[in-house]
Amino acid sequence: MLGMNHLLAVAGTFAVMAAGAVILPDWAMFLIVMALAKGLVCLGIVGMMRGGLVSFGQGLYYCAGAYTATLFANSFGITDIFLLCIVSAVVCLAIGGLFGPLLAGYRGIFFAMLSLALSMVLYGSLSKLSVIGGTDGLNIAAPTFLGWEPEGRALQSGLYLFVSALVVAAGAVMWRYFHSEQGLIALAARDNELRVEYLGASVRKAMTLNYVFGAVLGGLGGTIAALALGHVDPEFAFWTTSGEFVFVAILAGYLSVPAVFVAAIILELVRSFSNLYFPNTWQLALGVFLLAVIVALPGGLGSLVDRRRKREGAQ
Amino acid sequence: MKQTIRTICATLALATGLSAPAMAQDDTFKIGVITFLSGQAAESFGVPAWNGGQLLIDMLNEGGKLPAPYDKPGFGGMKIEAIVVDEAGGATKQVQEFRNLVQREQVDAVVGYVSSSDCLAVPPVADELKAFTILYDCGTPRVFEDNSFEYVFRTAAHATMDNVGLARYLKSRGFEVDSFAGLNQDYAWGQDSWADFTGAMAQLYSDATVKTALFPKFGAGQYGTEISALLREKPALIHSSNWGGDLQSFLLQATARGLHKRTQLALSAGDHVIPQLQDKMPDGIVLGARGVNGLLAKARGGDLQPLTDTLWDSYMERYGVIPVQAPFRMWQGLLGLKMAVEKAMDDNGGKKPTDEELAAAMKGLSWDAPSGRIEMALGGGHQAIQPTAIGVTKWNNETKMMELVDIEYFDARCVNPPEGMKSQDWLAQGFPGAQCD
Repeated sequence: MLGMNHLLAVAGTFAVMAAGAVILPDWAMFLIVMALAKGLVCLGIVGMMRGGLVSFGQGLYYCAGAYTATLFANSFGITDIFLLCIVSAVVCLAIGGLFGPLLAGYRGIFFAMLSLALSMVLYGSLSKLSVIGGTDGLNIAAPTFLGWEPEGRALQSGLYLFVSALVVAAGAVMWRYFHSEQGLIALAARDNELRVEYLGASVRKAMTLNYVFGAVLGGLGGTIAALALGHVDPEFAFWTTSGEFVFVAILAGYLSVPAVFVAAIILELVRSFSNLYFPNTWQLALGVFLLAVIVALPGGLGSLVDRRRKREGAQ
Repeated sequence: MKQTIRTICATLALATGLSAPAMAQDDTFKIGVITFLSGQAAESFGVPAWNGGQLLIDMLNEGGKLPAPYDKPGFGGMKIEAIVVDEAGGATKQVQEFRNLVQREQVDAVVGYVSSSDCLAVPPVADELKAFTILYDCGTPRVFEDNSFEYVFRTAAHATMDNVGLARYLKSRGFEVDSFAGLNQDYAWGQDSWADFTGAMAQLYSDATVKTALFPKFGAGQYGTEISALLREKPALIHSSNWGGDLQSFLLQATARGLHKRTQLALSAGDHVIPQLQDKMPDGIVLGARGVNGLLAKARGGDLQPLTDTLWDSYMERYGVIPVQAPFRMWQGLLGLKMAVEKAMDDNGGKKPTDEELAAAMKGLSWDAPSGRIEMALGGGHQAIQPTAIGVTKWNNETKMMELVDIEYFDARCVNPPEGMKSQDWLAQGFPGAQCD
């Protein structure tokens, strides 16, 4: 399991993030909640990227999680964030368990396109279902926390603390998984799949596991996003949403877990400010930023940490 | 891990550093305007609306440019300052931007939203933040029929009016419609418009049969298959709520194959493509503008003529193109806001009104706009009704301008449901309480 210094790092990270609940202004807290929710989805993609796969359809789980929480909340009047997260995670685990073994046989563009197709099937179906709002979507009430029903800033802080804790926990679990024997098999398969198979490990199993992890993380991210926004619509499963997740994953690179969340926050900040200061050319501003990052850091933000670590190791 | 913590600290510091709020000033009234500046809805609605908005704000700040009661400068003497945000990017982004406008930019009011899904997503947040918000354009009746909000107002009638007006026009002008078909975009707007139109037709033309209901996808661009199907089915009338590029390409492709000569076309929201299509828009199309907007307002005359002409002439002068429906709706929203601000200032002794005071002033308010008398009559005083009109296209070869002829004007209470009744029930029950002269 996690060593002592890792546990300290986890606790420290959470403490630093929790301080944000006091010092951050409301809008920044909301922005970070959304960024972290998307970061969770991207963490799932990073897991797959370690095995050399890129899912272009994580919107499927993001949307499935969001709609599960919304429909569950609206039909049973349940607003507890813990319960909603568990329900969404279970539903996404089931969907991921169904499609995971199927998709694990595909590589490269075939995997990307198949995952994209699945998410677009969900998008198309939800757009047609006018009983649950069609393309206009549905609203969901603000969450409660084990009976606590905050409003205003307290609600934002509660949500922020919840998602911070979730991110730290998910990050730690995924970090542990990435460095476990099973997780390292995926990394090895990225370099040479055939060799891994000859060594007696199952690449298919590794890919399936990565996919299922991605599904659950996607569902959790979608649930948090739905609760923070108060609204879900089929756009959650649209390919542009999935594309954005892939972008964050590329921005972060597959070398570091925290980099995923940092990348998600940076992207949200850049988008938010470019939107305000360049209302007519914000897409251009965003595009230039993305291009600059890709040119300057082809390995992603995580490569900064990795480079430094390697340098320290060499000394 | 140290690196990570440092990175997180840096990010947090960055976020806090950027958080210093803009100071609120008492001599300016800051509004956040959200409308499409990119994407398909920009050309049709977003950009013309914002052009109209900018024009009005400039004229109000200068003062004395508009006829009474709008001749006082600014909003109650306060200078109007606008921050414009692009609506493209989906409801997720809009909720975020809304929070940024209210909490970071500290705007005094938000005016915006063309897309129905944004209009459904934003109001709960507006109420949570207690931020005075005007929805100026979007169509879905669900906003105030399924929910009620304290700080949110819609200054334009919802979309049921467009299709009820269209069906009433056909009836009163004696169009013989024994069968009809629909071609609508495959998303909530198109689906709802078609449901409203068939609902209204079932009451007014109970014998008419529906030949086919086609829903090509949003942004399809190619309508060859649909046009073939419509030519084969030979309905007496084709209804379409398409807008923007979708409507333009449908019209261009349909006229090339003579569809408009074999069957009557009825477009519930089609006036806004006139500047782009000009004489390529065929004559004899029954056309609505989602209210007495654009050419329909220009042709109306009456007491509001000076106000309409002010909009028309100044818009033509600055942008060199006729104003279509979107700038009219932006004007009715901003003029309503002006009335509400000034009413609230009359009540509170001339101070800059709070969100609560604004909401109290706006509730049930009525005012004159270039598009007619706007009354906040539905949804407990939060949802506007307005008169509407339908006309028929006719190209004037001498002036080289499109005209609308045979225009019929409908009273607001003739084409909008009464307070407390959902539009779907109103249609199903045969328009109870409708007041048509």
